[in-house]
Amino acid sequence: MSDGAPVLTLEKVSKSFGAVQALRDVDFDVAPGEVVALVGDNGAGKSTLIKAIAGIHGIDSGRILFEGDPVRIASPTDAVGLGIATVYQDLALCDNLDVVGNLFLGQEERSGALATVTRQLDETSMERQAHELLDNLAVTITDVRAEVGTMSGGQRQQVAIARSLLGEPKVVLLDEPTAALGVRQTAQVLALVKRLREKGHGVVVISHNLANVFEVADRIVVLRLGRLVGVYDAAKTSHEEIVAAITGAGDPSTGELGPEVEQAMENARRDDAGQERS
Amino acid sequence: MTAGAASVEQPPAGDPGDGEEGGRDSLLRRLIQGDLGELRVIVVLAVIWAIFQFQEDRFLSATNLTNLLLQITAIGLVSVGVVMVLLLGEIDLSVGAVSGLCASVMAVLSVRHGWSPYLAIAGAIAVGAAIGTFQGSVFTQFGIPSFVVTLAGLLGWQGAQLEVLGTTGTINLTDPTITGLTSTFYDGPVGWAVAIAGFAVYAAVSLAGWRRKVAAGLRVQPLGALLARLVLAGAAIVAAVAVLNQDRGVPLAALILVGFVILFQFVTTKTSFGRHIFAVGGNSEAARRAGIGVKRIRIVVFAIASSMAAIGGIMAASRLLAVNQSSGSGDFLLLAIAGPVIAGTSLFGGRGSVWTALLGALVIGSISNGMDLLALESSVKFMVTGAVLLIAVIIDALARRRRQASGRV
Repeated sequence: MSDGAPVLTLEKVSKSFGAVQALRDVDFDVAPGEVVALVGDNGAGKSTLIKAIAGIHGIDSGRILFEGDPVRIASPTDAVGLGIATVYQDLALCDNLDVVGNLFLGQEERSGALATVTRQLDETSMERQAHELLDNLAVTITDVRAEVGTMSGGQRQQVAIARSLLGEPKVVLLDEPTAALGVRQTAQVLALVKRLREKGHGVVVISHNLANVFEVADRIVVLRLGRLVGVYDAAKTSHEEIVAAITGAGDPSTGELGPEVEQAMENARRDDAGQERS
Repeated sequence: MTAGAASVEQPPAGDPGDGEEGGRDSLLRRLIQGDLGELRVIVVLAVIWAIFQFQEDRFLSATNLTNLLLQITAIGLVSVGVVMVLLLGEIDLSVGAVSGLCASVMAVLSVRHGWSPYLAIAGAIAVGAAIGTFQGSVFTQFGIPSFVVTLAGLLGWQGAQLEVLGTTGTINLTDPTITGLTSTFYDGPVGWAVAIAGFAVYAAVSLAGWRRKVAAGLRVQPLGALLARLVLAGAAIVAAVAVLNQDRGVPLAALILVGFVILFQFVTTKTSFGRHIFAVGGNSEAARRAGIGVKRIRIVVFAIASSMAAIGGIMAASRLLAVNQSSGSGDFLLLAIAGPVIAGTSLFGGRGSVWTALLGALVIGSISNGMDLLALESSVKFMVTGAVLLIAVIIDALARRRRQASGRV
């Protein structure tokens, strides 16, 4: 699915918080039109890696390349300026504003000759663009003037993702986009992730749900205790291999798995089954 | 690849009633639960007026309605600033004390120092803006709840007011410009001209906005509904001017109040600054992540609130023809906050409108005015106003719970 050079590359990135080494010499890249899933157990460093890319934490050592050029990402503004959009797990939407208000929050369009003085909003233009954006992504929200607070979790997640696309980012980071969603809503969000890939965005997804990961990801990057364990081609790997890599038990190449891996796989299967039932 | 979503059925957005009882809510229930916000207040106001008119037929006389307008001007202006703070999800307990202090500053500058009335008024408003900037800065820089910061302000500015007034304690206002703020009336053609011009602008802006949306192919309300709204608004304006002209004419004070309400209604609903106020009140973390300067918005809004308090204090002083040690104290603060809340501005932030400052002041002012006409004790007045406030906040809490319930879908 991915073709061409990576849009974002991390080389030997390390980050520690006091005595805790959260990331240790991690290499990572994502290409345009590619979905890379970032998986790992709690504390593996997934969130730290995402936050390093998003500019929330600076990195201690290593290099970040954007479109081949070394860049410094010291703040969220730097990341946004490069074309890196982030959708956080807690959605950061304003429930009391409508869809248009949320999509354009902080980057409202203004109208009128004295717009810089009066700061008058151009509601017509924003509403039309909101329709275009949502139609383009095949997001089915019938009323863009409805308050976001009245919407379902899946619709809210789609609004949050659509919002991140307004600045035409090259890389979109999604932190647990399907957490706490039902089956149908999860399907909607995963379909949206696939459309981001079709439109040529480089997409990085954090997820605990391996079924979802296998559905959308081209490559799967596994972190454990701050280290890169491996990068797997989603089409050629298996649940078992990924779980073994996440837990770090057994040797995936021989097919010999330790008891704790068997247990973890069993848990993962049960989670997936539970997800499908609910 | 997209088949997954295309086949999925989506519940229609923005239909909070869906799934609760499976049907449309009755108009009555929507009124009670606050969905129709301002219409509910107008109904309440109509009921209050009907009750008082039934008891005392001078209540709806032109003279009394003019008095009512003059009585609510000061508190309505203070409430405009309070609404802005409430939209942020904060509270300003200092507006009463600030109104008294700023009125005192104006009186001292005008009477003792002989400043021109315009400079004295500007000085008083500048003091208000400085106070609001200070309180907003303390609130944002140290992360102290606005409740506590402005509670300290309530005490401190009262002290400053006593200090400014000095030993005499009372300053009588004599300057005709200052006293004229609440004693100037435009009768006959001037009142009509202002009313017609105001309505023409409102109608033109409404229709132009409607046509622009149609041209852009967006969903709009039916033209009939828009015209009906314009006709209703026009009728209300005509009725108001006709009644006021039977007495002394359209009061300058009322024009000042309505002017500020329209100005801040525009600022809150039509500008990016206003949008950001709602965003901070709805979810300040989301606003921060969206790149909005949350601290700056908060400081500016507190400055606006204190400035409006100063303007309200000036109008109160003009009407009383004096400033004294009790200016801005007593129930002034509580009524200025109660008004917008009664009229539907949420105490929880992010919901409400500047119109509620005017409507709330009308409700509270009508209760007070009507009871005075009936020569009821102020004990009854306080208890009735308290009961109305309590009912209003219960409705607010119910509406909020309902929204949360429907938000989960």
